[in-house]
Amino acid sequence: MRIALKTPALWLGLLFVTLLTGMPGLSPVFGWAFPRVRPAVFDRAGFVELFLSHLGLVAAASTAAALAGVAAAVFATRPAGRDFRTIAALLAAAGQTFPPAAVLALAVPALGFGARPTVVALFVYGLLPVVENAIAGIEGVPEGLREAAQGMGMTPWQVLRRVELPLAAPVILAGVRVSVTVAIGTATIGSTVGALTLGTPIFDGLAGNKLPYVLQGAVLVALFAVVTDLLFAVLARRLQPADRR
Amino acid sequence: MTADGAAEPWAAAPRLHNRVLPVLVLLATAAATAMGFVVIAPNRLLPGVGVPLWQAAAAPATAGFAAAAALLLTLCWVRPRGAVHYGAAAVAGAVLLAAPAVAGASAAQLLGSAPPASVASLAGGFWVVGGCAALAAIDSLQRAQAGAAVQLVTAAVLAGGFLALSRIGAFDALSLSREYAARHDLFGAAVLRHAELVAAALGAAVAIGVPLGLAPLRRKRFEAPLFAVLNLLQTVPSIALFGLLIAPLSGLADAVPALRAAGIGGVGPAPAIIALVLYALLPIARNTVAGIGGVSPAAIEAARGMGMTGRQVFWRVETPLALPVLLAGLRIVVVQTVGLAVVAALIGAGGLGSFVFEGLGQYATDLVLLGALPAILMALGADFVLRLAARAMPRRGAA
Repeated sequence: MRIALKTPALWLGLLFVTLLTGMPGLSPVFGWAFPRVRPAVFDRAGFVELFLSHLGLVAAASTAAALAGVAAAVFATRPAGRDFRTIAALLAAAGQTFPPAAVLALAVPALGFGARPTVVALFVYGLLPVVENAIAGIEGVPEGLREAAQGMGMTPWQVLRRVELPLAAPVILAGVRVSVTVAIGTATIGSTVGALTLGTPIFDGLAGNKLPYVLQGAVLVALFAVVTDLLFAVLARRLQPADRR
Repeated sequence: MTADGAAEPWAAAPRLHNRVLPVLVLLATAAATAMGFVVIAPNRLLPGVGVPLWQAAAAPATAGFAAAAALLLTLCWVRPRGAVHYGAAAVAGAVLLAAPAVAGASAAQLLGSAPPASVASLAGGFWVVGGCAALAAIDSLQRAQAGAAVQLVTAAVLAGGFLALSRIGAFDALSLSREYAARHDLFGAAVLRHAELVAAALGAAVAIGVPLGLAPLRRKRFEAPLFAVLNLLQTVPSIALFGLLIAPLSGLADAVPALRAAGIGGVGPAPAIIALVLYALLPIARNTVAGIGGVSPAAIEAARGMGMTGRQVFWRVETPLALPVLLAGLRIVVVQTVGLAVVAALIGAGGLGSFVFEGLGQYATDLVLLGALPAILMALGADFVLRLAARAMPRRGAA
């Protein structure tokens, strides 16, 4: 079962790296299929460079969103923050109905063009699924376990770190996974506000009517997202308690 | 939900019954004092200068906001009961309506003494005040445990008040209204196109997704591969999926001229709708499996015992019992599709996204808003209505 899950992540990952580095080598193929577009492969920036920039944006925003989201959920599930639980859950649910493209576009007037509005939009948007899942995960910890831990003399901090967070980890990870998937997609649209991502060839291609650029960008973006999701699936399987594997 | 000061020794102030409202009021007050409420710019494209509320608005308006803030803070100290929560919700709702009206009036006043080409836009302070007021209203209604009817009436009053204010020209000085006035016809068409894209995708997705979800219920081994594929589709970013569909569709349209004549091609609504359907399949199929699969075997057994045929059992027993779960899937899909359809403008499908991306291209924030705000309202509205519908559903035979 684990091999069956690992294999697609592995071979799709290899395919992604190969395409990322070898796209210029496919130039004759694209040149034959689209004789009117020259150069046949997008060359305003290297694909590896685009990928690293895309990855950097997603990693920075998602890491911050995961940490802040879990912190907010921990606060909302403590006695002192219980008053804010409803509004935190409400904000997380309502915020996710905002179209990502709109969030991104609205971050521009406040922050200007470039990578900054993209990172901020990714962060704000990525926060929501993490908060939602972390609240659900922590609240899903059976009350009996919490009381048993307290009965063993654990401090509230120890209960949180040794009981609640480990048990909530799979649900929290599912939230982070959604958050990262959305971040990869939203960062792609970030190209329209001046961020350098694998979406850049797509938008250059759409604007200049150059179909091969659209294809090159789209295939790489799709593989990037799918491979990342498959890696999360492997991680989720590791976190699952042994008896439920 | 509401914490009682006496029972919670960690509450610093013994009689503070509501700690969410003060935070929202303080946040809004800070934003109204420190941030610009409206921005006056020399023209449509240049950045402007923010003017805070107390400088922008007439003195009575500022006083009114201060009074509302004081009233809300006072209500937090009153022993909580229904009337208190409804009172807080009413005050917050009034602030929500007053904020754009005051912004419009301030804009008109400030523009009077500014150079002719100047424009006035809504600034950060406005958005924070408006957002806090909306949250305060919703939170108060939840504390009052308001039913569906109250929520619906509140939404209708707010929408009606807003429309009435715009009718009498309260917002006319704001550049958002001017962008709207300049694109009056296009706007209606864009909203309609957006709704059409969502409706077309939704219809097709239900027609395909429900049978797809029923298949694993009959043959268990379909389940894993089906959801693996649908999951991967959901993972692919929208613009990539749109891009991947352009080449095959334009090739198809070249090969079959009849398709091109019917308006199907590499760019335009066709690839957009196909992609939107592909994204919608996962929630619909998943909730079909959960909903129909969750109907208690006893109910089906009883129906069979009454002599119903398989088809009758499906339509008269399984579907009605699964309806709340199916509706939840529909709600997720509508919200998701409204958002994704914004991106579809990039491949020439039209809709509200065309304003968003045109505005981004022109550095014109208010044009972005003209596309983004209706899209957000459409998503929130659909979410709200479908939530109410699911709640109003009779729970017949729920286990």
